[in-house]
Amino acid sequence: MTPTEFDVERVRKDFPILARTVHDGLPLVYLDSAATSQKPLAVLDAERAYYEQHNANVHRGIHVLAEEATALYEATRDKVAAFIGATDRREVVFTKNSTEALNLVAYAMSNAETTGPEAERFRIGPGDEIVVTEMEHHSNLVPWQMLARRTGATLRWIGLTDDGRLDLTNLDAVITERAKVVSMVHQSNILGTVNPVERIVARAREVGALVVLDGSQSVPHLPVDVVALGVDFLAFTGHKMCAPTGVGVLWGRHELLEVMPPFLGGGEMIEVVTMEASTYAPPPHRFEAGTPMISQVVGLGAAIDYLTELGMPAIAAHEHAVTAYALDALATVPGLRVIGPPTAEDRGGAISFLLTDDAGRPIHPHDVGQILDERGIAVRVGHHCARPVCLRFGVPATTRASFHLYTTTAEVDALVEGLHEVRRFFSR
Amino acid sequence: MKLDSMYQEIILDHYRNPQHRGLRDPFDAEVHHVNPTCGDEVTLRVKVTDGVVEDVSYESEGCSISQASASVMSDLVIGKKVDEALDLEREFLALMQSRGTAEGDEDKLEDAVAFAGVSKYPARVKCALLSWMAWKDATAKAIDAPLDLPAQEKP
Repeated sequence: MTPTEFDVERVRKDFPILARTVHDGLPLVYLDSAATSQKPLAVLDAERAYYEQHNANVHRGIHVLAEEATALYEATRDKVAAFIGATDRREVVFTKNSTEALNLVAYAMSNAETTGPEAERFRIGPGDEIVVTEMEHHSNLVPWQMLARRTGATLRWIGLTDDGRLDLTNLDAVITERAKVVSMVHQSNILGTVNPVERIVARAREVGALVVLDGSQSVPHLPVDVVALGVDFLAFTGHKMCAPTGVGVLWGRHELLEVMPPFLGGGEMIEVVTMEASTYAPPPHRFEAGTPMISQVVGLGAAIDYLTELGMPAIAAHEHAVTAYALDALATVPGLRVIGPPTAEDRGGAISFLLTDDAGRPIHPHDVGQILDERGIAVRVGHHCARPVCLRFGVPATTRASFHLYTTTAEVDALVEGLHEVRRFFSR
Repeated sequence: MKLDSMYQEIILDHYRNPQHRGLRDPFDAEVHHVNPTCGDEVTLRVKVTDGVVEDVSYESEGCSISQASASVMSDLVIGKKVDEALDLEREFLALMQSRGTAEGDEDKLEDAVAFAGVSKYPARVKCALLSWMAWKDATAKAIDAPLDLPAQEKP
């Protein structure tokens, strides 16, 4: 499919919520998809059909419903594997969200201290280093800070350039022989930057560090292939890719998952249990303790079918075009400064910016968002769970407009018009 | 425009010309409160002498509502007895929790009644309350007596 065949108006008809109005009749302009995406009918229908026809617990019953529910749940595992280019379905672990997926790896690493020699690869302690970047979402920063505190390891990070890209000039000095794990975001939720994963992977390989990739903002928007990227783990969440909330994925290379200690203990993740001790199931079930989020997993399967039918390359091309259009349009607003890459090259559709009034006084993002909301335009304001980025750029907060497969250039025009109104309001 | 009920002229005036801003000595207690969802922050000092709020000074960063509220609050409580000031805090808190149904007593709350419109916007109520809660916390420390903060407003 070529980009010109992508019919955004037809896509929008699949999302009932996009047709609703707000504030007594204003059309909704939803520019907050980096926070969560809207859901197409196909996903809502799949969840409803699951509960209407197939609801049962998975992996434990021998009756018809249990077998159907298990088949639906496991079918999504195959869909996820195909969607991200994984060669082995056992590499796909269902979690609650990206945050849980990232915590799973971080906790597995400290749990490696008390497991057998097979988990040597994951052990970490004083003198070892954990490397992240300065543009991480808190979900890919705080778990590593906590791991460092639990184990005595040292946290280091790759800094940023003024245009919101990773500063790789001293990469070899940041990722050293002491690095045990490098965890980085693929596409920044606040800056929109798409990072050069291959460069970091190459350096991590030289020093033997594990590489964890946070794909929360890339998997929903770009074709992602774990084999081509060459990473060891990939975390992403369903709700940003048209699936329900409450389901995420940790993908990990099978030879690593096979020797990785569990994080959460409980039913489903065990092999043999006695009062004294237990042995654990092989992956992926070792990492799926307890009754999982079955209907959400079914919904994720429907979302992947939906995105695959439209085609991720076509979706990426559409979003790239909207992003380029938006960067040009925002540049016409006086007093507006984009925080992040100024062009659409290696950049996704999350655009953070600051705004001043006619006198050059800053208008706080909270006030920007309020005036926009009054016009039916939904944006995010604040530090976007990436406060260190705000500190790096010396700003308390930003306004962020973010796009998805259903975003139109007319919505970007409405945003720009709204921003002119914001400036008029605060220049009084 | 409906927003005019929130962005009253008096609020925008305080926002552009904040009163009592800047950290001053001497002080008895200093606190730092944040609103983690939007990044608003305030560092606030209180000086209490013989049961009277002698001075309130602050540095803050945030939206027009939170900035104006810090200015109005300090204007209002400086020079009042601690008990009177705590009464005003309760009165203002009730106004902010009224969901647009209360107007506020202008004789007591003075400029702070201008925030009545903010109470219709749940996401902004905590902007208006940030500096008040910081003041209450600092005052509790200054007089060494526990004062209950509403649970969600604790830092």
